[in-house]
Amino acid sequence: MSVQPNCESCPVHLKGNLKRLGIDMEKVDYVVALAGNPNTGKSTVFNNLTGLRQHTGNWPGKTVGRAEGVFGYNDERYKVVDLPGTYSLLSTSTDEEVARNFILFGRPDVTVIVADATRLERNLNLVLQILEITDRAILCLNMMDEAKRNHVNIDIRSLSRELGIPVIPTSARRRSGMTELVDMISQVASGKYVCKPHKVRSRSPQIKHAIDNLSKKLMDAFPGLPNADWVALRLLEGDQSIIEAMQNGSLGELVPVENEVQ
Amino acid sequence: MMEQEKSKKIKELVGMANSLKWELGMGMHDSIVSSVYADAAQIARKTVTTEDSKPAFSLDRRIDKVVTSRWLGFPIMFILLAIVFWITIAGANYPSAMLATLLVDTLHPILKGAANSVMPWWLSGVLVDGAYLSMAWVISVMLPPMAIFFPLFTLLEDLGYLPRVAFNMDSLFRKAGAHGKQALTMSMGFGCNAAGVIAARVIDSPRERLIAIITNNFSLCNGRWPTQILIATIFIGAVVPPFWAGLVSTAAVVGIAVLGIVFSLIVSWGLSRSVLKGEASTFSLELPPYRPPRIFQTLYTSLIDRTLFVLWRAVVFAIPAGVVIWLVSNITIGGVSLAEHFINWSDPFAVIFGLNGVILLAYIIAIPANEIVIPTILMLTVLVTGMHEVGAGSGVMFELDSLSGTEGILRAGGWTLLTGVNLMLFSLLHNPCSTTIYTIYKETNSVKWTAISTFLPIVMGFIVCFITAQLWYLFV
Repeated sequence: MSVQPNCESCPVHLKGNLKRLGIDMEKVDYVVALAGNPNTGKSTVFNNLTGLRQHTGNWPGKTVGRAEGVFGYNDERYKVVDLPGTYSLLSTSTDEEVARNFILFGRPDVTVIVADATRLERNLNLVLQILEITDRAILCLNMMDEAKRNHVNIDIRSLSRELGIPVIPTSARRRSGMTELVDMISQVASGKYVCKPHKVRSRSPQIKHAIDNLSKKLMDAFPGLPNADWVALRLLEGDQSIIEAMQNGSLGELVPVENEVQ
Repeated sequence: MMEQEKSKKIKELVGMANSLKWELGMGMHDSIVSSVYADAAQIARKTVTTEDSKPAFSLDRRIDKVVTSRWLGFPIMFILLAIVFWITIAGANYPSAMLATLLVDTLHPILKGAANSVMPWWLSGVLVDGAYLSMAWVISVMLPPMAIFFPLFTLLEDLGYLPRVAFNMDSLFRKAGAHGKQALTMSMGFGCNAAGVIAARVIDSPRERLIAIITNNFSLCNGRWPTQILIATIFIGAVVPPFWAGLVSTAAVVGIAVLGIVFSLIVSWGLSRSVLKGEASTFSLELPPYRPPRIFQTLYTSLIDRTLFVLWRAVVFAIPAGVVIWLVSNITIGGVSLAEHFINWSDPFAVIFGLNGVILLAYIIAIPANEIVIPTILMLTVLVTGMHEVGAGSGVMFELDSLSGTEGILRAGGWTLLTGVNLMLFSLLHNPCSTTIYTIYKETNSVKWTAISTFLPIVMGFIVCFITAQLWYLFV
């Protein structure tokens, strides 16, 4: 990890710089999405960051809409969007679509994936799916206190290496790890930390081939489209909302401006 | 780029995707999902180690075996619910009495005196006897039970008990043709029906989501708990010796709540066999680990977010309702007030259902918020029976000593045990409040389903009250 050994990166120094700004949405510099499985503590992380009091509860499905809040850090303002918890991005229920469409079309500067450290393997399924759509993500490995109590050890460094994104261990209910998380959000948002996200490898050769063909075609229709492979995969699955997004132009909007000009 | 060229390219893309899909065959979705799982498993293997001396979550599993067991699951559920209500009923008496003494007995005459000296009688009537008094009644009736009930309920929620309730209820809901997650939206409805209706978004299938939305009103919401608790204490607790009163009133409230669950199941069953036909879909429910609740945080958030939020809403609706109540009780046509006209006119009709005109008028005035039903009933009874002085002096509602005061008001209004029982039933089975109706419309986007959700419970309420009333008249 690219941590500079000086005062600025020391948590004690940073603590004073976090300003919880509630719902003051004016002039935000970066947009941060909070995604993750249900009941992993997204809303608790959200509340810790923004100082808001979104109601939290110990059951999956607590957040169904999306909540937004703002925090300031080092003179920059971050809008945080708390997305509904989902187990995957591959099906079509309303809450999954809200989460997926925001990560895809809302183009957040950073996606913080909140995962339950005590159930890492199951949570990784969603992490890997999110890494297919976005390049700038952080894994917030929450509930470390519970993992410890239940004798679950996680090798943070090699997890970060495997996923290609920063991994921050936290216990949001005890507010621990939040300053490190905020600092990492700012590093990824500003491009200081460059992620190299893991892409799913264990695909069958036929599917790989089909995706290659389709994504070539996609790049032809929408030059510069990010994550064309993922869109291709969704088309293969016959995802109606992606087909609609192509037709109504919202997929085209994902193309960076400099490509549009050509 | 030309628009036409673009849409041509898109058509080609979709066509190509379709033909590739055929080539890849049926197993493609599974293959895509399993490739993700394979990678996840591989990464987890490399990075996670468990000390196998102690298996993780062994205590959780042992607790789950008990609270979700076939024989103990439901009894434990009812006992927990009963404990929550019993603490609420037992604890709310004293603070309620204090608030009523302060706001109604002490402050009201002072305000009235002050107002009379500076403004005309009708203005002081509207402001002090209408707006202020209804607000004072709402606060003294609502605040203490809510301040006890919500933190207790939130503690259960934070502990992780709600998913266990869903787990226990799942098979019942599936037999009724509804989604197992409806147990969760139902539990949300015990807090607030509007929130329960929104929570139904977690259900994927539109058919099952509609069933969950329509039946959510059968969960007693926090606006109706105080009504249940108060009436049970006055009318049902009073028929047994004082020693048993608390226990019996608790049982009555739990009974009504369980009856709500039963109605919810019956209506779900009826809907999924008629207008909303279909099979129940399967889903997986994660039982989260038990987490020791953070007591102070829970107290704080449930007091600020829920109690004060609900109280504020009640006050906001109570003030205009108080004005309306005062006006309908004081504007007269032919020497008789509007309220009395309505009550006299609807009484014969209401009696068939074991209710009375005051209750019907109160439910009409209180459509914006269930919270103000009881204060409205009390004020209407006091104003209409012309015992204003008595009423203002005995707004004490939970204190056992002065229960006779509240009871006196209601008995003077012609109330019997039957009226009490039927009011409890009608409070369970009537239209949702206006906020919930609006939320249902926003979630379903359909006037038809909003109307069904609104009128179905009222019709059921009248049917059920009619049956109990007729049985009562037959046997008593």
